[in-house]
Amino acid sequence: MSRLRAALAPLLLVLVLLGVWELYADLHSASSFVLPPPHAVASALWDNAGFLAANLAKTAEEVALGLLLALALGFALAVLVHLSGPLRRAVYPLAVGSQAIPIAVIAPLLVFWWGFGVLPKLAVIVLICFFPVLVTTVDALGAIDRDQLKLLRTLDASRWQAFRFAELPAALPAALSGARIALAIGVIGAYIAESQTATSGIHAGLGHEINADLTALQTPRAYAAAIVLFALAIACFYALALAERTLAPWATRSRGETP
Amino acid sequence: MATELGSRARPSAAAEAQGERDGDDRAHELAIDVHDVSRTFADRRGTHVQALAGVSLHAARGELLAVVGPSGCGKTTLLELICGLQTPQAGSIACEEAVLMPQHDLLLPWLDALDNASLALRIAHVRRAEARARAAELFAELGLAGFEHAQPHELSGGMRQRVAFVRTLLSGKPLLCLDEPFGALDALTRAEMQEWLARALAHEPRTVALVTHDVEEAVLLADRVVVLSPRPGRIVEQLEVGLARPRRRTDSAVVALRERALDALALGRSAAA
Repeated sequence: MSRLRAALAPLLLVLVLLGVWELYADLHSASSFVLPPPHAVASALWDNAGFLAANLAKTAEEVALGLLLALALGFALAVLVHLSGPLRRAVYPLAVGSQAIPIAVIAPLLVFWWGFGVLPKLAVIVLICFFPVLVTTVDALGAIDRDQLKLLRTLDASRWQAFRFAELPAALPAALSGARIALAIGVIGAYIAESQTATSGIHAGLGHEINADLTALQTPRAYAAAIVLFALAIACFYALALAERTLAPWATRSRGETP
Repeated sequence: MATELGSRARPSAAAEAQGERDGDDRAHELAIDVHDVSRTFADRRGTHVQALAGVSLHAARGELLAVVGPSGCGKTTLLELICGLQTPQAGSIACEEAVLMPQHDLLLPWLDALDNASLALRIAHVRRAEARARAAELFAELGLAGFEHAQPHELSGGMRQRVAFVRTLLSGKPLLCLDEPFGALDALTRAEMQEWLARALAHEPRTVALVTHDVEEAVLLADRVVVLSPRPGRIVEQLEVGLARPRRRTDSAVVALRERALDALALGRSAAA
């Protein structure tokens, strides 16, 4: 019953938004090539379910792998930056600058290196997603109580043991929080990656498909694909929240979270 | 005289030793030997703040030494010097291996009570099962049975401090440095904890340096009370307690000593002002 009530508010909000969209489209405010009404998008979704699912599989693979790699890279960089002052000064500005690189500039190089497969897409997603993980993890590592480290020193912990017993577990939930932020931009990152680096094969991913549909004036199907991306982002977000609750229950508890 | 120092029953021996330093023969009988130590810090604006000025103190093995003083008088600095976390700029320190118990329990939230208590053993590469078993033994002996698997957030402040104390004991070091261990607790819990600590130390004797701003706590627990002045910390007075245990806070001797310590604190304040 309480679960039902909890689902009520988000459901209601979605219905209201769909209603406004439907009304706006039906009043012929815009051509259906520009803004198809929700019912047209829904039927495009239904009619192309298999096609969209095949492309979703491709994009979901990119997002999932890219996010995992970004999590690993962001975490590893954060540890290095945390442990070494010179590395912090060397790496941090470059990491910030890397976020300003227009993907179109490096896309040809990525394709030149890795061809038309999944690798260039992963590179783009990792480039976009590692940054939030890096920042949240560095902050968490820096926020560890100094008394905690003093205590560990009097318990004769080595630098590595202090890291393993106190810093690593403290940084883990922060890295996962960073990954949740990264995810929000990771899905659009997959779209950008697919747009910028060509793909061989029938199903090239939702981003690629959206661009093709827009060119072919198949706007309802492009919208349907966008809605699938929308759902993918939400699903990944909750998957990460679940991972955080499972791997680091103490962190969600201290925040008093009930996602 | 050196032979008298090891016994807990004769805490006064260490105080006598404080008067004059005449030989190395007693040095290895002392758990704490701080000689004429000074420590200065640069604060955030770069001005120099002297935390300790020419402090000398000694503790024999098995002695419980309490250091009282107003906040900011360098008590924590003194403990960190004893633990080897800082080095003095002047003077010398020779202490047995010391372990720190900070004011906040600092239990790791991702470990249960036994894992937290046995942290030092894990650091010493003892296998987890064995480390937990040894912690569980102490839990049973010190009245913590039933809390072995509790997560830190499930424990009250007093219970958390008890687990932190077991963690300190299991470091295996002969000298315990307790930095206002009950300062963050409410008055009732603090009184309970003082009794518990006295029992725990009777069961697991160690040399203890207890830093506190609570004069009554110092008199209840310690063999000797060292009173520090406000910053820069200097020793105003050393009081021999020499009362039988267990002590009650209403005992006239305890009350009298508390008054003397408070007078010494006031004296230190007026001298600094």
